[in-house]
Amino acid sequence: MLSRVADSLYWMSRYLERAEHTARLLEVNLSLMLDESSTSSEQRWVRVLHALGHPQGIEWNGDPYKLTNALAYDIQHKTSIVSCIMAARENSRHVREQISTEQWHQLNSLYLHVTKPGIQAEVDSSEFLQFVMDSIHQFQGITDSTMSHGEGWQFIQVGRFIERAAATAMLLEAYHDDLWVHPERIPEGNEYLEWMGLLRSATAFEAYCKVYTADLTPDRILEFLLLDEQFPHSLRFAIDSMQGALEAIQRESGKQRAEPLHRLGGRLHAMLSFSSIDDILNQDIVAVLRNIQVQCRAIHDTIYELYVDYSIQIALAG
Amino acid sequence: MQFAQMAMKNYLLDHAYDEMFTAPGELHRHYELLLDHFSSLPSDELQRRKQAADLSFLNQGITFTVYGRQEGTEKIFPYDLLPRIITAAEWSKVEHGLMQRITALNLFLKDIYNEGLILRDGIVPREVVFSCKQYRRQMVGLQVPRNIYIAICGTDLIRLENGEFVVLEDNLRVPSGVSYMLTNRRVMKRIFPQLFRSYNVRPIEQYTQLLLGTLRSLAPEGRPEPNIVLLSPGVFNSAYFEHAYLARQMGIELVEGRDLVVHDNIVYMRTTSGLRRVDVIYRRVDDDFIDPLAFRPDSILGVAGLFNAYRAGNVSLANAFGTGVADDKALYAYVPEIIRYYLSEEPVLKNVETFLMTRRNERQHTLANLDKLVVKTVGESGGYGMLIGPHSTAEQRDEFARRIEADPRNYIAQPTISFSRAPCLVEDALEPRHVDLRPYVLYGDRVTVVPGGLTRVALTRGSLVVNSSQGGGSKDTWVLSQ
Repeated sequence: MLSRVADSLYWMSRYLERAEHTARLLEVNLSLMLDESSTSSEQRWVRVLHALGHPQGIEWNGDPYKLTNALAYDIQHKTSIVSCIMAARENSRHVREQISTEQWHQLNSLYLHVTKPGIQAEVDSSEFLQFVMDSIHQFQGITDSTMSHGEGWQFIQVGRFIERAAATAMLLEAYHDDLWVHPERIPEGNEYLEWMGLLRSATAFEAYCKVYTADLTPDRILEFLLLDEQFPHSLRFAIDSMQGALEAIQRESGKQRAEPLHRLGGRLHAMLSFSSIDDILNQDIVAVLRNIQVQCRAIHDTIYELYVDYSIQIALAG
Repeated sequence: MQFAQMAMKNYLLDHAYDEMFTAPGELHRHYELLLDHFSSLPSDELQRRKQAADLSFLNQGITFTVYGRQEGTEKIFPYDLLPRIITAAEWSKVEHGLMQRITALNLFLKDIYNEGLILRDGIVPREVVFSCKQYRRQMVGLQVPRNIYIAICGTDLIRLENGEFVVLEDNLRVPSGVSYMLTNRRVMKRIFPQLFRSYNVRPIEQYTQLLLGTLRSLAPEGRPEPNIVLLSPGVFNSAYFEHAYLARQMGIELVEGRDLVVHDNIVYMRTTSGLRRVDVIYRRVDDDFIDPLAFRPDSILGVAGLFNAYRAGNVSLANAFGTGVADDKALYAYVPEIIRYYLSEEPVLKNVETFLMTRRNERQHTLANLDKLVVKTVGESGGYGMLIGPHSTAEQRDEFARRIEADPRNYIAQPTISFSRAPCLVEDALEPRHVDLRPYVLYGDRVTVVPGGLTRVALTRGSLVVNSSQGGGSKDTWVLSQ
């Protein structure tokens, strides 16, 4: 597979994951605003910005609707949902012949819908956010059922799960002061709704309840979102899926010297598979979560060195 | 209103040949079934099907890029629902003529880049060849695989008032539009399955497979399983949809200049599993931009060293470098002589009468009749750099007169031909629009003309410009098997 194609598929997938994550975060927090809450509007939206990695040029200015508009529609901001969808579609256009017609169709329709002039006035924002999430879910379904699960598909998986891992780590970090400082307490007053909001930001509320019932405590929430083996939005699941895809790519491409990449992924995988929640709580949680983000960036760089941006001299010698 | 009545009543014929009507209310026989079928549809059904077709083009991203505009740079290629029908007898002449033409032009290219017999014999003046911007000195004496310079061509034909097909232009560099021919047919079969079945239309879907076979036949010796790629300038090129479409249909890689590297005169592509050798390149990048070392040094679309790899025989290109000299608009005037010279045959398809500005008496005739003639810049395509005399202003004519005097080699003139018209669905009515025809010819193990082609439509009333960049559209083209 051409290196450029791998690059485009990887980014197409990352951008869509980012758009979906942003849409869900906004949707959850907009709906939480409808209830009385222990969290002030400022606390809430500063936390959202933190969870999104402090997007450049977007600041809390006292108006939640202006803020959500900037994060959803504003194409001046490269991290807005519409910008991410445009970038994903642009990447897919570069590899139009590599993806299935059905995939292209779905992504192109989503693009045409969100860039339609006047969309902001036409539909209400929660409807818009829901549409974006649904369409991206459909895209993933179409991808799984119409594209060969070969190297290209694996790069899509890598893009999706590396983005998810980094975003989940950042989301958990944003909740540090609210939750992880006192991991065993029970929610007071309206805090329950906020905690539920965190789980819903990772589509995890129902899945959490199946394991721990509806009793929420910070340590269990952290355990679930960090260490659960089976839940697709947990960090452990994301890292395992990414690692699996990287191994498949390595087999498929027959690439030598994949050892550094294997090691990086393996280290994260081991940390998340063999730590108990008590081990994690005994450490500095913010440091653990930041370290995961640093590792994800290192994995990204190594993928580039190995598959995309390698030096010609080394390739000819090998 | 019923379709047939609508067709009969408001459809004005003029002196141009009409593809459907012989006289007001009278049809060419091969259009009878079509009119019957359309008449049997409920009145709003046509509009409904048209919308379905448009939406299908947009959602599939079957678009082209219009240069020089900021917003809305992606447009769908407008599509007309009524097919253009060509009878078996008409087609057999077109086919024969195109095969003859590509054969002669290939021999011509081989000759001028090698012995130069046709120049020595004075059939084509040396200065016409050597002054052509597309003449490539680098190609002199170079051995081209199987002596095939033009493997892929798309020739523009028009119909004169008497119904005869003539050649308007040869496109021997990187002709485009074949993907529209193929997707038009797919849409047409989906929205009018019964009508399609009732005609015996010759299939065209084999084109991509024939193209692949043609490319494979050009592979360098000793490469039994050649790696074939399509080289595109990238996603901002107006024909990018087509590049992606053809690559996917052939199952070959779509590459851009930055995907290829040349080392020791061997071309490689950069893949996730390392560098992989490339044997045949179907290039959709012009000569000028393809290798910054051999041609334009400011090009970033190309591959440095590609020409040397080609010269070393390690990679084949379709089409070869330097084929543009044979579709130069001034050289066009000599093509009938070229056919007679190499094949000792009379040209089956005629040319449009052409005045060369380098000949003094033809230039004077042109300057005196600028309001009646069409003037074309020899190196331009896509409908740019043209003066259409009857539709021009006095200032435009003065401007062209100045340009012709300053650089006569750069211009030719032709009579304004009212090429044939075909009925198109314009809003709710049938209206005549001028059309041309671009059939596609492949030259590999043998010469093949795919039965059909792209019928381009000048969608503006009365306009003679069919190019997609200038508001043209297209129709499906049905060649009947009997």
